[in-house]
Amino acid sequence: MPTVAPLDLDGHVVATAFLGDVPFFASASGVIHRLDHGQKASEAHDGLLACVRDEANDTLITGGEDGKVQRIAADGTATLLAEVPRKWISVVAAGPQGAVGFAEGRTARVRLADGTIKEFPESRSVEGMAFAPKGLRIGIARYNGVSLHWVAMAAQPVELEWKGAHNGITFSPDGRFVVTTMQENALHGWKLDPKAGADTRHMRMTGYPAKVKSFSWSAKGKWLASSGAPAAIVWPFSAKDGPMGKPPLELGTRADVMVTCVSCHPAEDVVAIGYSDGMVLAARFADSREVLLRRPGKGAITSMGWNRNGKLLAFASETGDCGVIDLAG
Amino acid sequence: MTETALPKPIPVTVLTGYLGAGKTTLLNRILTENHGKKYAVIVNEFGEIGIDNDLIVESDEEIYEMNNGCICCTVRGDLIRVVEGLMRRPGRFDAIIVETTGLADPVPVAQTFFMDDDVRQKTELDAVVALVDAKHLPLRLKDSREAEDQIAFADVVLINKTDLVSPEELARIEATVRVINPSARIHRTTRSDIDLTKVLDQGAFNLERALENDPHFLDHDHPDHVCGPDCGHDHHHHGHDHDHDHHHHDHDHDHGVSPIHDVTVQSISLRGGEMNPERFFPWIQKITQTDGPNILRLKGIIAFAGDEERYVVQGVHMIVEGDHQRAWKDGEKRESRLVFIGRDLDREKIERTFKACEAQKA
Repeated sequence: MPTVAPLDLDGHVVATAFLGDVPFFASASGVIHRLDHGQKASEAHDGLLACVRDEANDTLITGGEDGKVQRIAADGTATLLAEVPRKWISVVAAGPQGAVGFAEGRTARVRLADGTIKEFPESRSVEGMAFAPKGLRIGIARYNGVSLHWVAMAAQPVELEWKGAHNGITFSPDGRFVVTTMQENALHGWKLDPKAGADTRHMRMTGYPAKVKSFSWSAKGKWLASSGAPAAIVWPFSAKDGPMGKPPLELGTRADVMVTCVSCHPAEDVVAIGYSDGMVLAARFADSREVLLRRPGKGAITSMGWNRNGKLLAFASETGDCGVIDLAG
Repeated sequence: MTETALPKPIPVTVLTGYLGAGKTTLLNRILTENHGKKYAVIVNEFGEIGIDNDLIVESDEEIYEMNNGCICCTVRGDLIRVVEGLMRRPGRFDAIIVETTGLADPVPVAQTFFMDDDVRQKTELDAVVALVDAKHLPLRLKDSREAEDQIAFADVVLINKTDLVSPEELARIEATVRVINPSARIHRTTRSDIDLTKVLDQGAFNLERALENDPHFLDHDHPDHVCGPDCGHDHHHHGHDHDHDHHHHDHDHDHGVSPIHDVTVQSISLRGGEMNPERFFPWIQKITQTDGPNILRLKGIIAFAGDEERYVVQGVHMIVEGDHQRAWKDGEKRESRLVFIGRDLDREKIERTFKACEAQKA
């Protein structure tokens, strides 16, 4: 039976992730909490807007209302990577070779490991950024589509167009697909055809009752789980053309409570599902079997993160009632 | 939903007005006057705001069309992002003010607060306030549609810089504003000097409160007296015959026809008896679906036959919202009133089809 070690923090918690076996919780206030032989805290920002885990370096990358981009190490120390005074850094991304992406307004930037910063101005606001799994390439989600830039080259970007506002962006682990969340209640995907001149293939993933704010690739990249419905919507991506013409799995369906966060297990075809009432379930793709991990709490789940061996799951909420679930109990 | 009790929505005031109309002066006033409240301000440029305040956020105006480019479905993408960020730490401020650029269309700003679920859940559009430069309004109306849209869309209009025009010019300006928007509250100011309680916390988009604060808000006009600039009827009998004993509006009442002939916005005020809900709801749905792009605002109080409560309705383009407000009082005349503000509206059709929604007399 899974057990929950609660951690009650003040206010909205934006993100949670493990560095090593230490769970970190990034609050909107700018304080980063960690459970490392007791509760510890360090202040990273005056107002934190975005936080992602940099897997390659086992650190966190954060962006704030103070215009700063910080790298948070496993011992909690913050290193300033870049600063754009008086701008809100609402988008950050972690890339290969120590590269870090961040954006404010209509400018995306990539900071390379040596400290050089490359700018990628867009004509519309940069809503999301992600690095491709191979090569130093970034995808920028913007109004009416996605721009793909090679960071080291001065070449024209590849523009993937689809009408509407694109907010979040992710590449499939094999690099064959790029998927965005939209202002409309939908995901949009493109198959990145390696053959030059060939048309990109569109994938429309619609039918959600709410905006999709969270998505997560399964361990081997065969599935993409998403929020935005009273169930986790899990699209199959193992076929050549991705989910086209195939219905998604619906896991952890509840009558009237929305899924706000999903996080796939690092090894098994299992997804952790967080709901608007704070409940957390785990569901298995193969047979839809569910396990209750946490009863409803005070507010919606905003973020979840597994440790490396997949035995611990940290969760964060918009009301500050966070915790760590030990699946082995 | 089994959501935990949500905190009270944060009110949002939208400030519009042409460059030089006095928005920055008003903002500086709001940020420095001692009113005991804290405001988060979303601006397009820090510009001349002379106050160093953590809660002033610069934001690039981003108009996002949704659902394949219907103008009725435009939102401000940057506001969604900034409001979401602000609302993660709600204890820091009591209200939000959005300053728009001089040329901004106020509609996407307002629609953001109705169309985005997260924004809608946590905030509430309080009022759209338009500043008008008394000296330059005639010129603005000549060369831009935005100046007119801003007035047409507003709940509160400040006619500013009144010291730069003669009393006659001012009367003409005010009459023009009144023709463009018969339901707005108008205040005359110099250097944006206004009692802030007349601008902030108005509840103008909350129909119940709008009516509590201003029980006569649809009484400013009379159907016979409102017409567009190209109307053909006799312009010499626009005196008001209904009494105005509610002098919290300091406007004069000789309006009806714009003295400035560059006005393209029209308003249609409808007055009828008790309505049949089975006809009225399909009618308003249809009219907002078909004429939505031309409707800037609509507001009304509807009396339904056999219903003991007043029904209030309001809309922006294709968005229509309505709710019961309160019981009709004894002796209160049970009539239905509705104002449309827009362009290229078919007055005859709207009047005729509205009438057809009336309940048949038994």
